[in-house]
Amino acid sequence: MSLGPMMQWMQSILHWVNVNLKANKGNVILVFSKGCLHAVSSIDGEVLWEKDLSAESIEVQQIIRPLGSDMIYAVGFVGSSQFDAYQINAKNGELVKHKSADFPDGFYGDLLLVSSDILVSLDATRTSLVTIDFQKGEIIFKKTHVSDIVDESFGTAVLLPSELSGMFAVRFNTLLVFIKVTIEGKLEVVDKITNAAAVSDALSFSEGQQAFALVEHVDRKILLTMKLVHDWNSDLLKESIAMDLQRGMVQKVFINTYIRTDRSQGFRALIVMEDHSLLLLQQGEIVWSREEGLASVIDVTTSELPVEKKGILVVKVEQSLFEWLKGHVLKLKGTLMLAGPEDIAAIQGMRLKSSEKSKMTRDHNGFWKLLIVLTKAGKLYALHTGDGRVVWSLLLPSLRESGSCKRPTGLSVYQWQVPHHHAMDENPSVLVVGRCRPNWDAPVALSFVDTYTGKELKSMGLIHSCAQVIPLPFTDSTEQRLHLLIDAEKHAHLYPRTSEAIGILQHEFSNIYWYSVEADNGIIRGHVLTSNCIGMVDEYCFTSRELWSIVFPSESEKIIATATRKLNEVVHTQAKAIADQDVMYKYISKNLLFVATSAPKASGEFGMAQPEESCLVVYLIDTVTGRILHRMTHHGSQGPVHAVLSENWVVYHYFNLRAHRYEMSVMEIYDQSWVDNKDVWKLVVGKHNLTSPISLYSRPAVVTKSQSYFFTHSVKAIAVTSTAKGITSKQLLIGTIGDQVLALDKRYLDPRRSLDPTQAEKEEGIIPLTDSLPIIPQSYVTHALNVEGLRGIVTLPAKLESTTLVFAYGVDIFFTRIAPSRTYDSLTEDFSYALLLLTIVALIAAIFVTWIMSERKELQEKWT
Amino acid sequence: MRSQPVILVLLVHLCISSLSSSLAISPGEGYTVNGRVKIRSMGAQGLVLPGKLSNIKVVLNGGQRVTLLRPDGYFSFDNVPAGTHLIEVDAIGYFFSPVRVDVSARNPGKVQATLTENRRGLSELVLEPLREEQYYEIREPFSLMSVVKSPMGLMMGFMLVVMFLMPKLMENMDPEEMRRAQEEMRSQGVPSLASLLPGGAARS
Repeated sequence: MSLGPMMQWMQSILHWVNVNLKANKGNVILVFSKGCLHAVSSIDGEVLWEKDLSAESIEVQQIIRPLGSDMIYAVGFVGSSQFDAYQINAKNGELVKHKSADFPDGFYGDLLLVSSDILVSLDATRTSLVTIDFQKGEIIFKKTHVSDIVDESFGTAVLLPSELSGMFAVRFNTLLVFIKVTIEGKLEVVDKITNAAAVSDALSFSEGQQAFALVEHVDRKILLTMKLVHDWNSDLLKESIAMDLQRGMVQKVFINTYIRTDRSQGFRALIVMEDHSLLLLQQGEIVWSREEGLASVIDVTTSELPVEKKGILVVKVEQSLFEWLKGHVLKLKGTLMLAGPEDIAAIQGMRLKSSEKSKMTRDHNGFWKLLIVLTKAGKLYALHTGDGRVVWSLLLPSLRESGSCKRPTGLSVYQWQVPHHHAMDENPSVLVVGRCRPNWDAPVALSFVDTYTGKELKSMGLIHSCAQVIPLPFTDSTEQRLHLLIDAEKHAHLYPRTSEAIGILQHEFSNIYWYSVEADNGIIRGHVLTSNCIGMVDEYCFTSRELWSIVFPSESEKIIATATRKLNEVVHTQAKAIADQDVMYKYISKNLLFVATSAPKASGEFGMAQPEESCLVVYLIDTVTGRILHRMTHHGSQGPVHAVLSENWVVYHYFNLRAHRYEMSVMEIYDQSWVDNKDVWKLVVGKHNLTSPISLYSRPAVVTKSQSYFFTHSVKAIAVTSTAKGITSKQLLIGTIGDQVLALDKRYLDPRRSLDPTQAEKEEGIIPLTDSLPIIPQSYVTHALNVEGLRGIVTLPAKLESTTLVFAYGVDIFFTRIAPSRTYDSLTEDFSYALLLLTIVALIAAIFVTWIMSERKELQEKWT
Repeated sequence: MRSQPVILVLLVHLCISSLSSSLAISPGEGYTVNGRVKIRSMGAQGLVLPGKLSNIKVVLNGGQRVTLLRPDGYFSFDNVPAGTHLIEVDAIGYFFSPVRVDVSARNPGKVQATLTENRRGLSELVLEPLREEQYYEIREPFSLMSVVKSPMGLMMGFMLVVMFLMPKLMENMDPEEMRRAQEEMRSQGVPSLASLLPGGAARS
């Protein structure tokens, strides 16, 4: 969703209070936002009253309503050391009382309600606990040093936000301390727990008793304990559950109650794990689990499945001979109709496992692959494209919170090793790049993961920062791809760190160029390697030099989008035959960069800029020479721009303010230097200019064609299909605002479309010009589904030339297989084999019948 | 007689929508845009199933803000600054045109909405789908023609023609004509490649 409402919510507190104001208004939801307290009816969302507290500049931390009273208290801090409490009538929002007091030591920020009139907070140094009594006449602060109640000193304290009546929990590193507040306002330690992971809120159940859950990690298990709040030694429940190590630590626990069949009280616990998965625990078992981590995909790459090894199957069968026998007995039972419902389910499961779709080996068409998905929680998943199951998952140790790495984030995944020559005995692996902190000069953490087994091969951490990762088009003898990591000081670090890699790099040293985009400063720079780092022993570090730079005028242009070609894109042919028996040559360069800039005033929100003052400029730049190959201006247009660059064309989506509609433009770039070489004789005699050196100073002879069309929807993502050989025509995959993925033929975005194409052009497949692009409902690849919160679309080629695999991710994930120009190289799924067989049988029968008939006729003729 | 209640319903609709779909000044820095999404299912009068309605989102300015519909189809955006805005409706199964909404500071309380797809002005902000969207191709029912038209069908058809019609044709042919034709072929010998080409035929 948009950032606007999110920003508002971040400063607000939502509080659910059961106040029955009027019979028909239900409960009241109290919301504090932007210094204003609102009471909202839960039935129809009507704002019942609002109270403006913004003049006092209070940060409201809690809204409290004592049981059975019509008063509510809004408590919070003003600045860092003043505590304020407002007593407000919940019925009409009238301010009854306002109390304020200064606490000279200052507060750390958390505020926790322990009982109806006592709040707990930490002082600014986080070494003392402060209790605040606010309901009596005066606000009373009581400061207790941590070392006074807990014998040892453990450093800084963290208040856990769990609401346990009369008690609270404080965490010191690994130790969790439960502290009780006595009636006199004294603090007493109840218990200390070493392996505790999470504590739930207190839950009221029968006879006014309150219970809470505590989760501990013990070895490979988690221990769930339910306790009564007022009686520490009573364990209502003690369950230990085996837990997959790849799920990490328990982050949160929620409980609710149910009545068991024997009418006793039962408890369920919903736990949230470190990898963002959700699990429901009941009676010592995991009832269900959901991989919610897949809702926050950061990056995707693919891996081929293992090659089917002959003989391995036999070995596997021998290993589990018993399993194999059991399977056959089950199948026999099934065929003899003796199987019960459980057996039938087992048979079904076995069938599914052995079916073609979910096989763990490479298929002939290349449809089944592993999608290696990196999520925000720092977990790597391998998803099978056949049935979408998780083949393995790995919580990356390098992306877990640790002492030196406070808030690690994953950045991207790259194919590290793709064995072709040693496909039988070596497994492919991926490189996962992460950062210790979100800021871009934070140290980097690298992990290498085997994609078949899901094991981390090795990891490196805390070496240097990483602004950019450049996969180089070279591999070493073990088929590991060379990668350059560019750090914040523009030094390049080579991986893998082997002498062989250095040798390869030295050989191609002068051929390595890269660019960097500084969107904030409006500069694009080109870089080249120079020499080894000076003053460092590290021989894998190289310095770089700026080769060129393009500076955009900051007062009129701001970089809003860039696009390049996909590294692995295959182009079948450079030549394009056009209608009048002529040939055009596509300008195909791996170093093409598309940049879109917009007037700074129009780069913000919609409706802010007038058409006259907004202007969109697009550039095509050669990233080796820094030359601007083409520049075009769209007056009265603005971003957001979504662009995709493929072969020799770029398609981009933007907003036209004049027409107040979205537009999509296509820009195709053709090479003119080939035009003179069409004469075969010139080539034979050698009078061509193909061997003339490419120079920085000679302007490449290119010509561009472009055209714009209206497009109805807002766009969230845009991608283009990719096929194995690049022969199949392309389709654009457009993620619309409705979270659907629309496949649009590239033919609709052809700059050569004209109002009435000639006969020859029609034969070539040029569609008559229309002002807007058609949206054909049948061409939505998601059909009637939507990929909620769509963020990205990834396309992968299958081995079958006609087919592209499409993976779209957002909150949902979606995978499908599409054929942009129909499956011309294979039979469709609904191909009727029966009809084929029938025809053959009929033909054979007809041959025999006619043969017999002719024999008979011949005989008859002979007799006559 | 039957048209009367329909007109009545429409009138009521108009009254309600003209009351609600307007711009109101809110205490904040912007204005409130109110509107309504109305979907008539094909054939039957009235709204679509309530479950389906709850999945409809109304999007302001390409995702800047998103809101959901109330059960009666109304929606509103608060604190919308003066200027020109775009409202899109995201509903699976229906095609809605985006709407250009002008919020002017000069005469508040006046809504100016235009469908961008067909440039039709709206007197009030009642958004109706332009058409329903059918995401699946309808499988053609089995018919004899499709079998005959398929390559296999054609093959069989051709075979039948050769089998049963050719002998008939041969029988009906004049024996003398046949003999003449055979002689002609013999005299020409094997047709040369050159005579088959259009250029060669022209030369001869």
